[in-house]
Parts: sequence; C-alpha cells; structure tokens
Amino acid sequence: MVMRALKALVARDLALAARVGGSGALSLVFFLMIVAVVPFALGPDLNLLSRIGPAILWLAAVLATLIGLDRLFQADEEDGSLDLMTGAPVPMELVVLAKVLAHWLTTGLPLALAAPLFGLLVALDGTAMGATSLTLLVGTPALTFIGAVGSALTASIRRGGLILAVLVLPLMIPTLIFGVSASEAALGGTVPFTTPLAILAALSLIAGVVGTLAAAAALRWSE
Amino acid sequence: MRLTAQDLAVRRSGRRIFSGVSFALEAGEALMVTGRNGAGKSTLLAVLAGRLKPEAGTLTAHDVGEATLPECLHVVGHRDGLKSPLTAEENLAFARDLLGAPTASPRAALEELGLGHALKLPVAFLSAGQRRRVALARLLVCRRPLWLLDEPTAALDVASQGVLAGMMARHRATGGLVIAATHQALGLDGARELRIEPTGPEAPVSRDASSQDAVVGDVWW
Repeated sequence: MVMRALKALVARDLALAARVGGSGALSLVFFLMIVAVVPFALGPDLNLLSRIGPAILWLAAVLATLIGLDRLFQADEEDGSLDLMTGAPVPMELVVLAKVLAHWLTTGLPLALAAPLFGLLVALDGTAMGATSLTLLVGTPALTFIGAVGSALTASIRRGGLILAVLVLPLMIPTLIFGVSASEAALGGTVPFTTPLAILAALSLIAGVVGTLAAAAALRWSE
Repeated sequence: MRLTAQDLAVRRSGRRIFSGVSFALEAGEALMVTGRNGAGKSTLLAVLAGRLKPEAGTLTAHDVGEATLPECLHVVGHRDGLKSPLTAEENLAFARDLLGAPTASPRAALEELGLGHALKLPVAFLSAGQRRRVALARLLVCRRPLWLLDEPTAALDVASQGVLAGMMARHRATGGLVIAATHQALGLDGARELRIEPTGPEAPVSRDASSQDAVVGDVWW
C-alpha cells in the first residue's frame, strides 16, 4: 500500500511537470542561457573557457536548481493537496522523498544528461565533459534535497522564492566546491578524481537523509 | 469509529482562536459546526485533519485499530486538493492510490455526482461548482469513516446539494461520521450542533436557537 501511494505521488508529479507550466524544461533552458552567455562575456579565449568550463557548468546547475524549487511544496500547500498527503497512510518523510525524487528526475537528471552538450559551448574536451556530467549526476541530488528543506520552510509564504534562495544557497556551497574540484581533478592535477567524487557522493547521501527528515518536520509544523 | 474531543484549544500566531471545545460522536452521527465568520470553524477542521496542533486538549479516535486520526478521514474544503492540469479522472485516481482502501472507480464516483462527461477533462476547464463536485467524488473513491466537510455546499446547485445529502445519509447509515462546518442546513437529519464562540474580550454572543433545527443534546462548549 505504501509503495502504491509513493508510485502515485511520483507519477503525478512527473505528469504535472510534463504538462503546461512544468518547471523541468524551464530550469534546463535557464541552464542553457547561463552557459551560452558566459562565452560572450569572456571573449573567444578557448583555453580560458575550457579551464573554467566545469565551474561555469556547476554554477549554472546550482542556479538552475533554485528555479522551480519554490513551487515544490508551495503548489501543494496552496491547493490543499498537502492536506491529502497528511491523510495518506504514509509517513510524511516518504511523501517528501517521493516528491523530491520526482523533482530531481525532472530537473537534476536532465541537467546532468545535457551537460556534455552544453560543455561544447565552453570548449570542454571529451574527458572533461564526461567528468562534469558524472559529477553533476552524483551531486545534483544533494542540491535538490538541500533545496527541499528551504522549499518546505517557505511553503506557506507567498513569493518565498527569494527567501528560499537566501536560505539554501549557503548550504549548497560545499556541494559546489567538491563538484567543481572533482571535475577539475579529472583534467589532471595532484588529487585523484575519485577522492572529491566520493566526498560529493557522501554529501548527496547525507543531504538525502537530513533533507528528507528536515523537510518533513518543516511541513508538519507549518501552519 | 467513534471520536471524542476534550477541551480543545487552539492558538494561531499567538492569537487564541477558541478554547474548551468538547464533543463526542458515535458511529453514524453527524456534527454541524456553526459560528460566525472567523469564529474558528475551519481551524477546528484543520485540527481534526492533523494540519494544526491544538494548544491543549485531546482528540481520540476509537475502534480504528492502529490508524491515526488523519488516516481515518476525508477532507473537502475550500482548498480542494485538485491539480488543474490533470483530468478529473487522474485527480481521483491519484487520491485513490494515495489514500488506499479503494471502493469505487473514478468513473463511477463522477457519474454518481453527475459529472461522467467530465472524466477526461482537465480540472482547469471546470466551473467552481463542478470542481467542488470532483472534490466531493473523492469521498466515494475510497472508504474513510470520518468526513470533514468545510462549507460543502458552497458553489453547488440545488440538485448537487441533494446528491450530497444522499451521500452523507448513506455514509452515516453504514456507520460513518460527518463533521461539517456550514452556514446552511445540509439535510443532515438528527445532526448535532457545535457552535464555536470566539474567545477574548468580545461580549458573549447569544445563540439564536432558531438557526438550525438541531438537537443540542450532549454538546458542551
């Protein structure tokens, strides 16, 4: 019964993201915008671009993740769906987990998959493209889970998007640091690629646990 | 299922909404929550639904096994819990899978409320009354012993009000409970009335006995 409820939640959120007004495509377009604009600002220095390319992709991913996070729980709070979920025979933690999973599938995963393509815009070579894509795949769950806490805290605040960004961005910085350092380690250097990657994976796992519990607590205590 | 509430008091953002609300409902009984605008009717329903914590008092559901109170009830309120981009059928199928204990199919529930033609329509295309009827169809797609209805007849036409009264009568006949916050007679025969009086410095409000033909037997406030 629990699995059936969770499957229904994920399927509903995926269907909503696919219909009009879904946030999945929006964050992907935002990601593309940032990555496309940076080369214009820096000029046609390919060496410079390929050196800072992973950092640009990661910055864009962090900012793109923030887009759409504010509606993660707010939309359900506004239309009363959250009351429905309170009444489900499922702990709120699992509801949060299902919703965050659906959100990541529609925002984080497309970013990671599109990263090699966007890497062309910042003159990344094959290794760097693969490495950046892999770090995004491992690291974006951390961004989504951290964001979910802020989203749950601001669920009942109208136009809470800015507060959400202020709350959440500092907490995303460790993920950003290790994401970029892992991508750069793949291009050579003294640190092996797997060390920062393992730390990044650990950050995602910790964020998965802490974020789920904290977001569920925030939703339960909200008025 | 039976439900007892003892001395419930609620404070929101530091303001006392009501206190000392007590009632007891046996299987098959209905309770009409009345009171002026802003008296705290919806707040009481939110407390019952588990969305608000009471400041004091206890709420106990009996004869429900291990289920908690929020898992034993349906809520239909002003916020209807429907997603506009999804069709009526998808909304109801989601509610059925989420809440468990399915009884009727979304199609059967919608036809019961006279909305069979809206099955494949996105809820965004429906009028306020039709949306409300889709939300009420949720009561039929899965079995829950307690129905919490907040102004259930708002935006409903006369025919649909009759259908709702019939649904509530059948629900109570099978041992279900209904708690409705309302300003109108809902066709709940033998329903008791719980009048919520605002607490605070305001003068006590006199109860006008003529408003509802309700039995105010063992309801305290």
